[in-house]
Amino acid sequence: MNRPGQTSRIAERFASLKASGRGALLTYLQAYDPDPATSLAILRGLPGAGADVIEIGVAFTDPMADGPAIQLAAQRALKSGATLSRTLALVRDFRAEEQATPIVLMGYYNPILSYGIDRFCIDAASSGVDGLIIVDVPPEEADEIEPQAKANGLDLIRLVAPTTDDARLPGVLAATSGFVYYVSITGITGTKSATRESLAAEIPRIRRHTDLPIAIGFGIRTPAQAAEAASIADGAVVGTALVDVLKDSLDEQGRAKPDTVRRVLDAVRALADAVRGNA
Amino acid sequence: MNQTLRNSFKLGPDGRGRFGTFGGRFVAETLMPLILEVERAYEAAKTDVAFQTEWRRLLAHYVGRPSPLWFAERLTAHLRQAAPAGKGARVYFKREELNHTGAHKINAVLGQILLARKMGKTRIIAETGAGQHGVATATACALFDLPCTVFMGATDVERQKPNVFRMKLLGAEVVPVTSGAATLKDAMNEALRHWVANVADTYYCIGTVAGPHPYPTMVRDFQCVIGDELREQILAAEGRLPDALVCAVGGGSSAMGLFHPFLDDAGVAMYGVEAAGRGLDTEEHAASISRGAPGVLHGNRTYLLQDSQGQINEAHSISAGLDYPGIGPEHSWLHEQGRVTYVGATDNEALEAFQLCSKLEGIIPALESAHGLAHVLKLAPEMPEDGIIVLNLSGRGDKDIFTVAHHLGVSL
Repeated sequence: MNRPGQTSRIAERFASLKASGRGALLTYLQAYDPDPATSLAILRGLPGAGADVIEIGVAFTDPMADGPAIQLAAQRALKSGATLSRTLALVRDFRAEEQATPIVLMGYYNPILSYGIDRFCIDAASSGVDGLIIVDVPPEEADEIEPQAKANGLDLIRLVAPTTDDARLPGVLAATSGFVYYVSITGITGTKSATRESLAAEIPRIRRHTDLPIAIGFGIRTPAQAAEAASIADGAVVGTALVDVLKDSLDEQGRAKPDTVRRVLDAVRALADAVRGNA
Repeated sequence: MNQTLRNSFKLGPDGRGRFGTFGGRFVAETLMPLILEVERAYEAAKTDVAFQTEWRRLLAHYVGRPSPLWFAERLTAHLRQAAPAGKGARVYFKREELNHTGAHKINAVLGQILLARKMGKTRIIAETGAGQHGVATATACALFDLPCTVFMGATDVERQKPNVFRMKLLGAEVVPVTSGAATLKDAMNEALRHWVANVADTYYCIGTVAGPHPYPTMVRDFQCVIGDELREQILAAEGRLPDALVCAVGGGSSAMGLFHPFLDDAGVAMYGVEAAGRGLDTEEHAASISRGAPGVLHGNRTYLLQDSQGQINEAHSISAGLDYPGIGPEHSWLHEQGRVTYVGATDNEALEAFQLCSKLEGIIPALESAHGLAHVLKLAPEMPEDGIIVLNLSGRGDKDIFTVAHHLGVSL
């Protein structure tokens, strides 16, 4: 865990990538999708396959900002027993072997409220979580979790959207730490993609207000799109496309097949190669 | 010890849209600027004389307001027969079911559509459970020539066929939602998702006193026309305020509209009736306050049906309009303040009340309103004969005859 004042794993990772002249690949998959063992195996394979930052989705019954693919992933995860405390246990299992790759939990507020905000921040940090993205907690409502997150060295990563206007942007950015998650489309996950032109206009707009690294998410599917986003900003988040690869590898009953882990990691490798300019 | 005296229950929400700890604006960043825009527009509309005049004109000449206050004489006599000597309150109905489109929903819809026009929005979306809010929204959109898309759980599309057809006749597009249990909660998720993707030109017309601030306040304010009228009507009829107000609560818009104008009248008891489904102690009910716990869903903190891990449970009610695992945040606050008493009525109790009302008063109530009536049937016989109890008869039951026939084993 990061102590307050210490450089976080997230800051370190972005800084070292910047020094080496490339952007980061951030991957998103849901914990327990499609089952705990497969989920842990994928998680353990991600750094080797080229994920620079790992986002772990926390399953929720009502994922308001997510498209059909991630809605279904949440249903698979819940069916296989996903809970917030089990997601933290998954992170601990991962951390037992891997210390360098930052882990960000992404999800919705209610499971955290139910767990208890104070206890959650303590347990998340001690489990090896580095940052939180809580989709339905905008800066206006963040005062109930921000002090606890800070006290435990957890970065609170804010979403910035195309609708976040210039009047609002400084306030949103002032409250963020770790990196800025730029939601590149007005829409839900996995539905459409931003154009190069809109990204080329939006990222400098955000940069004028912050020195933090910016990762672009929502709508990045292909290695080429990931490479482009990682070059325009400081990182590219790929979620739905990986969740789709995972889903396509399952059998008719939604169970993992022997090549599920390999197929997901192969897809990550292809993205990583492109982001690293090896494609 | 110093004690802060509460001098009003009507001051909420605070600047953050909170009623105590309930309410707020728990939405993704993409929606946040739009939510703030709706709030600014609504604040301006409140003091805009032209806006208020136009809304009142529509209420009078299009909706048919004021809705009558009806003394349910036969029902009162019926309840007195079985009540102890000297007991059996006078039962009144506030007849929102006589509004154009058959329920209270139209009051807030017209206000919101006027607001959407003022904001320059050119498309309207809505969620609906029983279809009453969907029909009301489709109606207002027809009147103002606005394209309208209504999200409705696939389960509800099936059990509320007449309203689905009505919406289509009115020119609306009805989108069946198949995620989750395919009921009102899922329709609201889908409407929010659609809104996120269409923020520039679209206004989301929410049907109840839930969702992110300012919706719970705005919908309440529009629905307060119910309670405001009632105050005048009951004073004219009885020369005094009622002893008890009763209303069914799903999200709770009809109840907020009835209760709010009376919150500071200490002598007026209030009962919100949640759908107890197959029983409060079964797994199948929609009683967020009686059996839920505070949490965050659909943009606000409120009582929710949820499991020990913070996952939302499916609600159950015979009434599609009450089949929702949450409740408006102001109700959660009024519950914790002890100002309003929240009770339950089961599917079967509602079915019995539905039939009794039809036979005794010649009024077929909506299944939602029948839940409120079921509590009146328990409460009135315990009150003295000179007591006054008012039920918000929030909707008419034409849409429910297929559901009721099915439960009574009648094939139409």
